[in-house]
Amino acid sequence: MHTDLIVAVPTWVLLAYLIAGVCFILALRGLSNPESSRRGNLIGMVGMAIAVVTTLITHAPVETIRTGLDAYHVKIDGRTALEILGAIVIGGGIGLIIARKIQMTAMPQLVAAFHSLVGMAAVLVGAAAYLNPEAFGIAVRITPIYGPSIINILPVSRIEMGLGVAIGAITFSGSVIAFLKLNGNMSGKPILLPLRHVINLGTLLAILVLIAYFTQDQSPWVFGLIVALSFAIGFLLIIPIGGADMPVVISMLNSYSGWAAAAMGFTLHNTAMVITGALVGSSGAILSYIMCRAMNRSFISVIAGGFGAVASGGEAAAIDRPYKRGSAEDAAFLMSQAEQVIIVPGYGMAVAQAQHAVREMADLLKAKGVTVKYAIHPVAGRMPGHMNVLLAEANVPYDEVFELEDINSEFAQTDVAYVIGANDVTNPAAKNDKGSPIYGMPVLDVEKARTCLFVKRSMGGVGYAGIDNELFYRDNTMMLLGDAKKMTEEIVKALG
Amino acid sequence: MDFISILSIFVLACFVGYYVVWSVTPALHTPLMSVTNAISSVIVVGALIAAAAAGSPSSKWLGLVAVALASVNIFGGFAVTQRMLSMYKKKDR
Repeated sequence: MHTDLIVAVPTWVLLAYLIAGVCFILALRGLSNPESSRRGNLIGMVGMAIAVVTTLITHAPVETIRTGLDAYHVKIDGRTALEILGAIVIGGGIGLIIARKIQMTAMPQLVAAFHSLVGMAAVLVGAAAYLNPEAFGIAVRITPIYGPSIINILPVSRIEMGLGVAIGAITFSGSVIAFLKLNGNMSGKPILLPLRHVINLGTLLAILVLIAYFTQDQSPWVFGLIVALSFAIGFLLIIPIGGADMPVVISMLNSYSGWAAAAMGFTLHNTAMVITGALVGSSGAILSYIMCRAMNRSFISVIAGGFGAVASGGEAAAIDRPYKRGSAEDAAFLMSQAEQVIIVPGYGMAVAQAQHAVREMADLLKAKGVTVKYAIHPVAGRMPGHMNVLLAEANVPYDEVFELEDINSEFAQTDVAYVIGANDVTNPAAKNDKGSPIYGMPVLDVEKARTCLFVKRSMGGVGYAGIDNELFYRDNTMMLLGDAKKMTEEIVKALG
Repeated sequence: MDFISILSIFVLACFVGYYVVWSVTPALHTPLMSVTNAISSVIVVGALIAAAAAGSPSSKWLGLVAVALASVNIFGGFAVTQRMLSMYKKKDR
């Protein structure tokens, strides 16, 4: 009886993966400002190229042909090499086409879709490692004198592999649901199953117990059940979460995709994967935290879901209260007389694709000597930074765009606040109504501006939090009812 | 490499990630998500190993599919990030 030893990895390979990991750190570091970000992204690409090329060299597909008693001839297995190249070309081609064609307003869906691919890749790699553990150097082959040899996966590797595929599967099915909700194939309303907390906690517990049991028994049913339950829990975890909480969900899935990569890195003893996994994992976690803080919600309450489920109650009450309605001409007049206008964009601007019209309006105002600024709430839109990208797409210079804490004090000295497609992030109920579901959430003080222009499709609809906004009925508010893009274009016409 | 060395790298990388990500400007949070997406596809390393290994045809095919999926992400993720970043411009004065 003898055991095959794990093949030692050459030093240059370890160094190459380390360099790839450092490149990824620099790629994220570059994002500290827009000027350095482009170089950062290039460094990230270099890192990825290093990791891929290193793997292709060390794990080139080879055939070993025995030419004599102790003589072997090693040659490249051309067919497999072509298949790998084909997979890269097909995948890469699809990726490049999507990246070129995708509309900026669809970024949240795209990111969710990409997360699901990382999750699925993690599951597939985990399954491949389970089926052929020797190729990954994570198994011991025991050859008894009689009978076939037994391949035993190392117990530590079994835990790492189990965790990797579980997190990967959760990332996959969770991201698919997030994609369907963001893309509008599925209602943004939370779907609440009875006893869902019991079901979810029970399933999670079962997965952990199975992973522990996996160290004792490496039969296929254990592995398969871990994967199946993880797919199910990813689905169950995301369906009860409503549309307004999507920025948190998408950040959270970002984090999961990182932890999945890290767990696979542990399985494969790969530094680049472990470093990247840790980076992505913490990135997603920090973004989730920022999003939760911006909504004054606890992470637990977001995960538990159900927010926005009572959306229908407020609508009837909203209709009978008196409000001031204005036309595009009124708005154009007010803004052209102003010294400073602050534009507050929200998800509605993205839906209406109004960002270009908004920038045109701002250009005309600037030509008339009006100072124009943009104020962005951290959870405006469906993902972190969503509004910033849309404004950048419409050629709005990024130094005119301000974050909530940097601009909130300026509303008091502002003549006109132009709120387009944002609602909950301006709702003063967050400041003064203790009973409101959004109480305590930091909001933009648009009511402090001399006039507040509110672009909204109709008076009936309420924001995603399902609550009325008393701002609509204030004396210094003028409602501009209509499609965000059309209304802004009419203002542009009136200004020109 | 033994488990403890990898764990050390992992824990330290978590701290690096924590500080690096906090220094990212909120305006670039969407590109941050797409680029983290692209780099987490470094999982392609595992997929390549599986695809190239002899011995188990099913493992090889799983590997090939994973290579294709991760490639979508790598090329798509970096390209879309580059596209977004190229849109961020300063005021021209």
